[in-house]
Amino acid sequence: MDTHASTTNLPDSAEAQAHAPHGEVEHAHPTWSTYWKVASILTIITVGEVWAYYIPSFVASRAFVPTLLTLSAMKFAIVVMFYMHLKYDHRLFRVLFTGPLLIAALTLLALMFLFGHIFIKIM
Amino acid sequence: MASSVAHTSTVVHTSAPPAHHYTTLGLDSRKVAIWAFIGSECMLFTSLISTYLIYKGRSVVGPFPHETWTDPSTGQVLKPILNIPVTSASTFVLLMSSLFMVLALAAVQNKEKPKRTRGERVLGNSKLWLWMTALAGTTFLGFQAFEFTSFVHEGLTIRRNLFGSTFFTLTGFHGAHVTAGVLWLVTLLAIDYRRGLGSRDSILVDISALYWHFVDVIWIVIFTLVYLLK
Repeated sequence: MDTHASTTNLPDSAEAQAHAPHGEVEHAHPTWSTYWKVASILTIITVGEVWAYYIPSFVASRAFVPTLLTLSAMKFAIVVMFYMHLKYDHRLFRVLFTGPLLIAALTLLALMFLFGHIFIKIM
Repeated sequence: MASSVAHTSTVVHTSAPPAHHYTTLGLDSRKVAIWAFIGSECMLFTSLISTYLIYKGRSVVGPFPHETWTDPSTGQVLKPILNIPVTSASTFVLLMSSLFMVLALAAVQNKEKPKRTRGERVLGNSKLWLWMTALAGTTFLGFQAFEFTSFVHEGLTIRRNLFGSTFFTLTGFHGAHVTAGVLWLVTLLAIDYRRGLGSRDSILVDISALYWHFVDVIWIVIFTLVYLLK
């Protein structure tokens, strides 16, 4: 039998609070204006990325790859934190997401190293 | 407090949605499940992206993503196959779909709050934002279908070279995820039209929104690694 089944007519967040042993509930989500600002920032970063792609001197420079990877990581983090509410939600969700993401990133780096796409100069 | 609340809710419970589980942390188990699923999906897409990167630049025959290639047997010159303007437009559409999705979630969460101004009524219209999200997702899929078709016409198939194999597999998997997301949105719209989505249903929209944003962040990575990095 389900001992944790919903027995109230409260909204989910309030019901979660009733069940939470230590009051560990979700925090308030961002407002509409925050969502619009985030969308604007994401658009600006994307425009910047595409713009950089069309500058031959920048593409040929050493800064091109790190810049694009940084911009992409920024967009990734912004969506995850603000749209997916990971900044505001319970830390268990952060663990459930960042744990596998970390394993995946390390696996990717290891594979790039094994297949000769990343060179590490020893000595 | 909990017992007193439970005592007053016996009548309401009959018309409430089916009972669901909470973890010992007081978190909805469906939300925990979707985050665990997203974590596993991260690893799936990393394996596909890794495969693409490992074979990047190792194709023997063209067409190539960023370089011109001359077919030695026919003398035909094939231009770089990736169409950055078109993909940039589809990326923008997918980014906007994420905005529409959070607005849909906010509209459902604040359904019971009074809307005084026209702007508040527009922002609080969950059907509008769900429609916009589904439409943006479908537009993205249209862009992808156009891209795939033009690639095939230019001679790049999944069997042509290593780039074709890894590219179609990676972006095809992503497209399949977008398709699943659009179907999920359509089911939410059906619920909204049938009985109306209220703040009590926000968890249903929340987990679909998490899935949708995940599809978006994966595209953010694919766009940079596959399309922009030469």
